[in-house]
Amino acid sequence: MSHSTSMTEANAPVLRVRDLRVYYETPKGDVLAVDGVDLDLFEGEALGLVGESGCGKSTAAMGILQLVNPPGRIVGGSVELGGRDLLKLSEEEVRQIRWTRLALIPQGAMNSLNPTMRVASQIEDVIVAHEGAQRKAALRLRILELLRRVGLPERVYDLYPHELSGGMKQRVCIAMAIALNPRVIIADESTSALDVVVQRVVAQTIQRVRHDLGMAMIMIGHDMGLMAQMVDRIAVMYAGKVVEVAPVRALFAAPRHPYAQLLIDSVPTLRERKPLRSSEGITHDPRNPPPGCIFQLRCPHVMDVCRSAAPRLKRVGPGQWAACHLYAEPAAEGGRHE
Amino acid sequence: MSDLLLEIKNATKIYRGRGAGGARHETIALQDFNLSIPKAPAAIVTIAGESGSGKSTLAQLILGFTRPTSGQILFEGQDVTTADAGRQREYYRQVQAVFQDPFGVYNPFYRVKHVFDLVLDNFKLGRSRAQSRDLIEEALNVVGLHGEDVLRKYPHQLSGGQRQRIMMARAYMLKPKLIVADEPVSMVDASLRASILDVMMRLKRENGISFIYITHDLSTAYQIGDQMFILYQGSVAETGTTMSVIDRPHHPYVQLLVDSVPVPDPDVRWEGEIVLPPDEELRTTSGRGCRFYPRCSKRMDRCQAAQPGLVSVGVDGHRAACFLYEEVHAPDA
Repeated sequence: MSHSTSMTEANAPVLRVRDLRVYYETPKGDVLAVDGVDLDLFEGEALGLVGESGCGKSTAAMGILQLVNPPGRIVGGSVELGGRDLLKLSEEEVRQIRWTRLALIPQGAMNSLNPTMRVASQIEDVIVAHEGAQRKAALRLRILELLRRVGLPERVYDLYPHELSGGMKQRVCIAMAIALNPRVIIADESTSALDVVVQRVVAQTIQRVRHDLGMAMIMIGHDMGLMAQMVDRIAVMYAGKVVEVAPVRALFAAPRHPYAQLLIDSVPTLRERKPLRSSEGITHDPRNPPPGCIFQLRCPHVMDVCRSAAPRLKRVGPGQWAACHLYAEPAAEGGRHE
Repeated sequence: MSDLLLEIKNATKIYRGRGAGGARHETIALQDFNLSIPKAPAAIVTIAGESGSGKSTLAQLILGFTRPTSGQILFEGQDVTTADAGRQREYYRQVQAVFQDPFGVYNPFYRVKHVFDLVLDNFKLGRSRAQSRDLIEEALNVVGLHGEDVLRKYPHQLSGGQRQRIMMARAYMLKPKLIVADEPVSMVDASLRASILDVMMRLKRENGISFIYITHDLSTAYQIGDQMFILYQGSVAETGTTMSVIDRPHHPYVQLLVDSVPVPDPDVRWEGEIVLPPDEELRTTSGRGCRFYPRCSKRMDRCQAAQPGLVSVGVDGHRAACFLYEEVHAPDA
């Protein structure tokens, strides 16, 4: 059924995204930012969503969270969380689910905290908005416990955001995201604006908190090193489509889609000096993708069939799926939905 | 005439201002910085550090956007801050810059060709249309781009990698001896970075252009850099060849930094969690002592009393500013 069933057949996914389409309206036609994305997120796992800027990874996250703003719009698909399709719920119902079941750790903590409110009041707002008014003393203890969990000292309780460092602000955002014990968190480039050492501290905080509370996470980013450290599986996006999904080890050891191969070959390391593979970036007009495979203009292995037929995700290894004509559809696995 | 292309002697930049309540305060953005690049062979010198380390201040000093509070910056033996107008103009031709944001430097209303026309005009390079076209074509070829097609495009029609390579081509057209590249790849996607790093290496190797490569990213520096300086809060924590600094870091900060770069291998994951005391994240500087004292796992009492100078810790000028190594090795002259 899905591209992950072979790995975790026993479990139904916590979050199941099918054929998600998010388009941006422009005077010259729609930009197909997310164009038919399927994703499964299983209990307790971390799934990386990677790709170059403009590939649609953040837009996909906003689509899952129902936070797409005009000129963007969700054109179709489904986002099932705990058996309910978020796309069919009312605005109010979605608002109830956000924070309580599905929370976001945003990209720039600097812009997502209210500069005029103390840290405690902001966390309190999230709790009270969903659970209703409650005793001050109990709330205080709960917020202090959240701060402790993310490694912040008690005195942060009374501070304003501008009094905090970037790493501390990011940890306040983590505290808010876990305040209502959601089952799924989405981390959108949550550490990419931080210095290397602080990035490590925040990344490890996310990891520890997630394990402690048993939350599943979709981690969006472009730093493959960070992905290698943090996630269990990786979905690679290119120009609005998922081109490969694989367990993290398989993706690094043997990426199958030519774009995923390029991505892995272009990762610099501190362990060896090697010639890095270079490339040009997305080259087609996102309003008017070529017929056939989305990667054909940059693909070193392009064949005639790639110019006419769009490849579907096919199983190429245990838990590993690639959308590429290089790989024949195994007969036994032929029943994938479309 | 000096054998050195660029020599920076004890450059210090202090910003003075008034903080909350009108109290005077000083920020030492860069302290007693020394560097020299020979005329030949060309080299890529990396200046690495986190935000607030002083790496961009250094770029601004070299490019003449700001003057040092004390110290000297010599280009081919001439002090650039006191040079006359003619010599400064020559300096601005010989030292070119490529900045972080590959979009911000373009005027979105003009086609790419305009970038080249401005330079040709400004430095009176092309004597005829044909000659101008040849100069542009040559510069584009050097960065792996071709022809009229690129020149007719608007900036938004190019990828970040292409925009940055065009900036390299623009710089190359002036046949500079030094290019200051301030975070040239940090806003460009990983898969596109390689093309820019590749251009830098080719310009060095084939055209003898040296680079000051300013970055927070050690991995790209490791791929292309010759010499390296790691700055921490305005001071050099460690310097040497790129390989020795990264393969054998000595300063506790540099060790922490190298260890924190995520390894792109799922089988080599971080061991242990590091904890930064919150006040130390806030960078409350500690008076006269070592800037890294509050975060250092190996701190000693004397580190609070005075700032350590650079001492030799290995071959080829590998030096670290840490008291741990002072007794073991004799300090460099």
